[in-house]
Amino acid sequence: MLMREWLQKEAQLRNDETPIAGYPFGFMDEGAKKEIRRSILKAVAIPGYQVPYGSREMPIARGWGTGGLQITLSLVKPDDVLKVIDQGCDGSVNAVNIKKFVATVAGVTITTDTRAATLIQTRHRIPEERMSGRQILVLQVPYPEALREVEPSEMETRRMHAEADYSRMWLFLYEDIVKYGEITISYRYPVTVNGRYIMDPSPIPRWDVPKLHMADTLFLFGAGREKRIYAIPPHTTVEPLEFEDHKFRTENFSGKACARCGATDTYLDEVIDNASGERRFFCSDSGYCDKRRLAWNP
Amino acid sequence: MGYVAVKGGNEAIERACLLFAHERTKGSSAPLGVDQIKEQLYLAADRVMGEGSLYAPDLAALAIKQSAGDTFEAAFMLRAFRATQQRLGYSLPSSTEKMRVVRRISSAFKDIPGGQILGATSDYTLRLLDFDLLKDDAARRRAFREQIFSSLPADAEIPETFPKVIRILRREGLLEETLSAAHPEERAFDITRQPLTFPVSRSAKLQALARGETGGMLALAYSSMRGYGDIHPTLGELRIGYLPLTVPHPATGEPYVAGEVKVTEAEVLARMQGSDGMPRFSLGYGICFGQNEIKAISMAILDRCTRTEKPNCPAEDPEFVLYHIDGIEAMGFCNHWKLPHYVDFLSDLDRLRKAQEMARAGKQQERRRC
Repeated sequence: MLMREWLQKEAQLRNDETPIAGYPFGFMDEGAKKEIRRSILKAVAIPGYQVPYGSREMPIARGWGTGGLQITLSLVKPDDVLKVIDQGCDGSVNAVNIKKFVATVAGVTITTDTRAATLIQTRHRIPEERMSGRQILVLQVPYPEALREVEPSEMETRRMHAEADYSRMWLFLYEDIVKYGEITISYRYPVTVNGRYIMDPSPIPRWDVPKLHMADTLFLFGAGREKRIYAIPPHTTVEPLEFEDHKFRTENFSGKACARCGATDTYLDEVIDNASGERRFFCSDSGYCDKRRLAWNP
Repeated sequence: MGYVAVKGGNEAIERACLLFAHERTKGSSAPLGVDQIKEQLYLAADRVMGEGSLYAPDLAALAIKQSAGDTFEAAFMLRAFRATQQRLGYSLPSSTEKMRVVRRISSAFKDIPGGQILGATSDYTLRLLDFDLLKDDAARRRAFREQIFSSLPADAEIPETFPKVIRILRREGLLEETLSAAHPEERAFDITRQPLTFPVSRSAKLQALARGETGGMLALAYSSMRGYGDIHPTLGELRIGYLPLTVPHPATGEPYVAGEVKVTEAEVLARMQGSDGMPRFSLGYGICFGQNEIKAISMAILDRCTRTEKPNCPAEDPEFVLYHIDGIEAMGFCNHWKLPHYVDFLSDLDRLRKAQEMARAGKQQERRRC
C-alpha cells in the first residue's frame, strides 16, 4: 500500500466503532500506535539501524512475537488482508494465536495466500513467493542485536554500530573458519544493510537471506522484549557477511523434494516419520505447498 | 526511652506471629480449603513441591494456605518437613519413556513419532483478564464441562509410550553420548546428606537444579539465552506426565511400583561442540516435580551452560549457578538482614568515624602545606 492510501484510510477510521468492546481499534491506544509508526519511519530512513521504542505489554507472552504484533497492530486497517506464519506454516501455534488476536481486535480478513495478503507477519521465514511493493512483511525478532554473539553489553554494541566498528564480528567469522573449516552460523545470519549497518535478519534460515536483497517489499522487524524496531526498505542492498574465499551458502536440499507437492526449490522441513527414525520432507511454506498441490490436482 | 523498647520483645514477637495468622483469616470470605488449593491452584502447588523437593500435593497445598500464598515460605515449610522424615531408601532409575504423558512437544521438528501432544497449557491463551470468572459457580462449571466434553470423539487412541526425540538423534550420531555412559557414577550423590564440592558431580548438579527456585533459575538461564552466554538452545522435547516410581522391596529387593509422580522434563539441544573432532549436538537436561515448564527448560539450559569448558559469564560457572539458585537458602539469607545487627553496625560506625577523623586530619595537613 502506498503511504498516501494508508493515510487516507487512517483518516477514515472511526475509533468509536471498534471490533471489540472496551478496547481501541487494533488493541493499542493511539499514543502507542503513533510512537511505533514514528519509530518505523525512522527505521525506514536509516536502513538496518535499531530504533529503540517503548514496547507495550501485549496479551501474548514476550518472545512470542510481541514486537511483530505491535508493528502489525500499528499499521493494520479494517480492509487489510492478513497472513500470519510461524516457521513458514499458517497453522502453527504461534501463527494461529496471533491471527486470532489481530482478527479479533482489528476485524481483518485472514488469508494463507502470500499473493493475496496486504500484510504478512512472520516468525522465522520469508514466504517462497516473491512479494510485491504493495505488501509489507513484518518479522518477529527475538535478538535484534547481530553483534550479541561477540559482545553481551548493549552499551558497547551501540557504540560499535555508531562507529561501524565491526572488526570483532569479522574476527568471529574468521575464527569459526579456522576452528570448523566453515562458518557455522546456521540461521540468524548477519547481513550488511545498505553498506552500513550489520543487522540481524531475525532467525530466518540462510535460504531466505537472499530474498532481502533489492526486494520490492518493505521489511519491518519488531523485537518487543528488547524494545527495538528496524527496517529494510524496498530496493536496498542486503549482503550476508562473507569472505572472498569463504562465500555465504544457503542450506542444501539437493536430491530432496517435498513429499506433498514435489517442489525441489523450496525450504524443506524434515519430519521424523516413525520411531525407527525414517525421514520425510515437506515444504516449510505451507501456503505455497497447498497452492502447488491445488494447481496440479484441483 | 533509650533501650526500653527492646524489653518486652518476646511478647511483641508472639503477637506478630498471631497477627500474621489473623491477617489471612480476618476477611469475610469462606476459609480456603486445602483441596481447593490442590485442585484450583495446582501450578502453585507443583512449584512449591519442586522447590521444596518433596512430592506431596496435599502438604504443598497446606503450606501455600499457611504461608498466605508466599511460594518461598511454602517451599521452605515443605523442605523443613522433608528434613524430619526418615530416609527409607532410594528409588530405582526410571526411564521417562515409560511416562504416562499428558503433554509432549518438540520445537526441533514439526512432527515427531507419536505426535505433538499439546495438553493443558496457557501458552496459547490470550492474557486478557476473563471478567466472567468473577462469577464462578458450580452451574457455570458444569455448563463449561458439558460444552467441552460434548464435542469430543468417543474413543481416541492414546499410545502407551512415546519414543524420545533425542534417542532418534543419538542413534544417528547427531547427538553426543549420554554423559552417564561417558562418566558413570557408582552411586548418585545425595545433596541432602553431603555439601556440594567443586568440581561437582553431575548427579549432584542435577539434584541441586531440580530443587532450585524457578525465578532464580529463569533469571540465570535468561541471561545466557539473551547474550551473556553462548548457548542457543533448541527444545528437543518437553514432556509432562506421570512417572512410575519404582523402589526395591525392602525385604526381597524385588523392584515394585510404589506410585507415580508428576514431572516436567526438558531436553535442549545446543550447538555442536567438536572437542573430539566430530561435531555433534550436546544435550542439556532438566526435570522437576509437577508441571513447571519454565523451571525444567531453565534447568536444561543451565545444565548445558555449566558444562562449558571455559566459563565466560555467570550462567556458565557451576559455582555461581549452583550456589545461588536455591530459593530456601537465598530467601533465608535475604531475610536475615532484618535480624538485629546492632553490634556489627556499631563496630562499622566506629571504623567509619575513625576513617572520617583521618580524612579530616589529612585535609588539615594538606591545607597547612599549601
